Amino acid sequence: MWNEVPLFPEQASTAAPWVDSLYLMLVAISTIMTLLVAGALFVFCVKYRRRPGHERALPAVASTRVEVFVMLFMLLVFLSIFFIGARVYYMTNQPPPNSMDIYVVGKQWMWHLQHPGGQREINELHVPINTPIKVTMTSQDVIHDFSIPAFRVKQDVIPGRYAYMWFNATKPGKYHLFCAEYCGTDHSQMVGWVIAMEPRDYQEWLRTRSDESAASRGRKLFLQFQCITCHNRESSNRAPLLEEIYGNRVPLQAGTSVIADDAYLRESILQPKAKIVAGYRPIMPSYQGQADERDILDLIAFIRSLGPNQTPLRNEDSDPRKQQGATTDDP
Amino acid sequence: MIHEPPVQEMAQTPDATPRPRQPLHYLNVAYGVKSWLFTVDHKRIGILYLVSVTLMFVLGGIAATMVRVELLTPRGDLLTRDNYNKTFTMHGIIMVFYFLIPSIPSVLGNFVLPLMVGARDLAFPKLNLASWHIYMIGAIFTLYVMLAGGVDTGWTFYTPYSTRSAHTHVIATALGILILGFSSIFTAINFIVTIHRMRAPGMTWFRMPLFVWSLYATSLIIILGTPVLTITIILLAVERIFQVGIFDPAIGGDPILFQHLFWFYSHPAVYIMILPGMGVISELVTCFARKEIFGYKAIAFSSIGIAVLGFLVWGHHMFATTMSDYAKLIFSMLSFLVAVPSAIKVFNWTATLYKGSISFQTPMLYALGFIGLFTIGGLTGLFLATLAVDVHVTDTYFIVAHFHYIMVGGMVMAYMGGLHYWWPKISGRMYPEGWAKLGCLLIFVGFNLTFFPQFILGYLGMPRRYHDYSIYPQLQVLNVLSTAGASILAVGYFIPLVYFLWALGNGKKAPSNPWGSSGLEWKTPSPPPTENFETTPIVTTGPYVYNPDQETEVVG
Repeated sequence: MWNEVPLFPEQASTAAPWVDSLYLMLVAISTIMTLLVAGALFVFCVKYRRRPGHERALPAVASTRVEVFVMLFMLLVFLSIFFIGARVYYMTNQPPPNSMDIYVVGKQWMWHLQHPGGQREINELHVPINTPIKVTMTSQDVIHDFSIPAFRVKQDVIPGRYAYMWFNATKPGKYHLFCAEYCGTDHSQMVGWVIAMEPRDYQEWLRTRSDESAASRGRKLFLQFQCITCHNRESSNRAPLLEEIYGNRVPLQAGTSVIADDAYLRESILQPKAKIVAGYRPIMPSYQGQADERDILDLIAFIRSLGPNQTPLRNEDSDPRKQQGATTDDP
Repeated sequence: MIHEPPVQEMAQTPDATPRPRQPLHYLNVAYGVKSWLFTVDHKRIGILYLVSVTLMFVLGGIAATMVRVELLTPRGDLLTRDNYNKTFTMHGIIMVFYFLIPSIPSVLGNFVLPLMVGARDLAFPKLNLASWHIYMIGAIFTLYVMLAGGVDTGWTFYTPYSTRSAHTHVIATALGILILGFSSIFTAINFIVTIHRMRAPGMTWFRMPLFVWSLYATSLIIILGTPVLTITIILLAVERIFQVGIFDPAIGGDPILFQHLFWFYSHPAVYIMILPGMGVISELVTCFARKEIFGYKAIAFSSIGIAVLGFLVWGHHMFATTMSDYAKLIFSMLSFLVAVPSAIKVFNWTATLYKGSISFQTPMLYALGFIGLFTIGGLTGLFLATLAVDVHVTDTYFIVAHFHYIMVGGMVMAYMGGLHYWWPKISGRMYPEGWAKLGCLLIFVGFNLTFFPQFILGYLGMPRRYHDYSIYPQLQVLNVLSTAGASILAVGYFIPLVYFLWALGNGKKAPSNPWGSSGLEWKTPSPPPTENFETTPIVTTGPYVYNPDQETEVVG
């Protein structure tokens, strides 16, 4: 039985060795300090135990100098740990610019995961190893937390906003995925697996999943929610055309500007009046309650994919079979 | 009960004249339920609190036992998921709000603070009684919630779960805690005014015992922090009842705001719990080493330092949220700074033993256990202040182990140590030393066996608040060890409960100063008269004078 008892978690990401070295350093410091305290307690308790002939304390005067020395020494040790810890955090915190995107929506009590090609999974995430992966996450209801101990990553998944984390898996295998923030009845069932695969195997796996792409689902939603009524070529005085805006700077009514990233697009769908684009009136209704978090991710994927002259026609039928033709016919 | 006039105290109380009849003291001065429930004597109120917090501790302990038994097997097979969630929530709420926060200040502080500063009572005796009545009203809310079906939000009440999703008795529980807050605030006001205004002639600030300093620091935190909790609970109730968007993003709120407000109180609350414990340890170490405390001012100021810095580190509970990286960096650094005054205290307690004359009665064993366990608790706090490591271990059993090392290994050990130390003064009877040492040993061993494996579980990634870990069955062995430890711990707590009750009637009569301590509270009879001192003591020395020339041998 004992040889099956794990004492240290598997290291399966580029961050894991860093976190573990830091952890082992702290274990070493703590062990030394605990032994120092326990050792001193033990020696004093034996040497100065009350016994015949030693019933009174010997004179010993506290000195401010010792006190200050101890304080400065502790300060030095603690601040050194802080600097090393902050350095590792910053090194492992920012996703590299060429990361692959994975989108996650948490809800009571399951994980919806989505690949860039639109492939969807529930409570399972297949990822290629040796590929930086940026995870964009939000929650449909309460706070959850996306935790993969083998990768030493964890991020609260908060409703109403996007949270990000990233990792780079280094070893093919099957790793635990936990919800680490208490979220109600089935909190302990909101678990699953991350399957890290060789990139070749991952491509193979993607091919076996013939889900519709996220952008294509988003395109249908764009028509279905009647976004097209205003966001089209003919009505560009009522609403801005959304082609090629993703990742670019948008001037705002207030005189400032904002990068049109996932968070901004999400906010504009749910709270359109929060940041009005310069030159437009605040006439867009909110889609809060109509579009759920997964719809919004699809819409964003669609907007992201919109190249020049790819906005659908206003009177286009939302039937997907006719979409391809309509887009290419767009003048 | 018949009390012979203790001979020894006569010699030590300068103005005592031999009395012909059995002496009146606070216990036999009046009888009957009313004389207890409406007493304004700080000593009797201390006893009322002792009974109340002990009952709450038993309730919280039963909940803990159910949690540990459930985790014996990976599958959730003892409790339903909802009942498990309600059980750990009750354990947390009862232990934090109804036991840890009030225990040392309201039981031991209430009893000995006036004695230690040479006062007849606290500054506002009726307010003191009101504190206990309010505590009981708060407790009734929680008992109602338990009977009515429980609450399942965790003791942290995170939004929007608590305002939108939970279908349990959130409002009643929160109201109970809100009411309880006033009990804390009243006690804190009482302590602060007493310390400022009621010290005996000659007792300057730097002649106050360190327990008094720690209660002073604690009271400051309570007064500054508790109103924030009150406001947070009101906002939570407003959102839950009236659907006003404050914390729930679906109606325009911000869930992270709740965490900021909650931890702005609840992190300092950690110091509300541990500072009085540190004060008790300072008393015990110096008394049983028969030696002046090493670095009196360093210990006194470190209490104040902790009180101030403790208000600036709440963000370290939120390193896994979307809080900005710069804020995380600052909170991480401040969290390392707050570790310094705690480290200073550990150093000073250890240094006090150097060249001391150390005896090992039960209170001292608890004190030594405290120093060891608090050191481990404090050092594992460094792991959590370190950003990159915290992200991996937060919300896992590592956290659970860490704060139990502080709260149980630290605070409860100190409380038990203090209770044994002052028991002769409180009850007028000695407890049985052999049984007490056995209980202390069982608590120490049981505690470590319960919580040390949880550090390993946490680093392996086991999330807290999991009813079922069948997805990771390899974790079972460590969980079995933990549960085995918890059963030893339960026996360890049960033994003192029995012998303290036994000692009330059967214990050896306590002399006024069984430990040979130099504190003022030992210069009055055990148990003390209602007015504490027959004549107001005049203080001419510091609190820890163990001058070999004047020391008289006393019965131990």
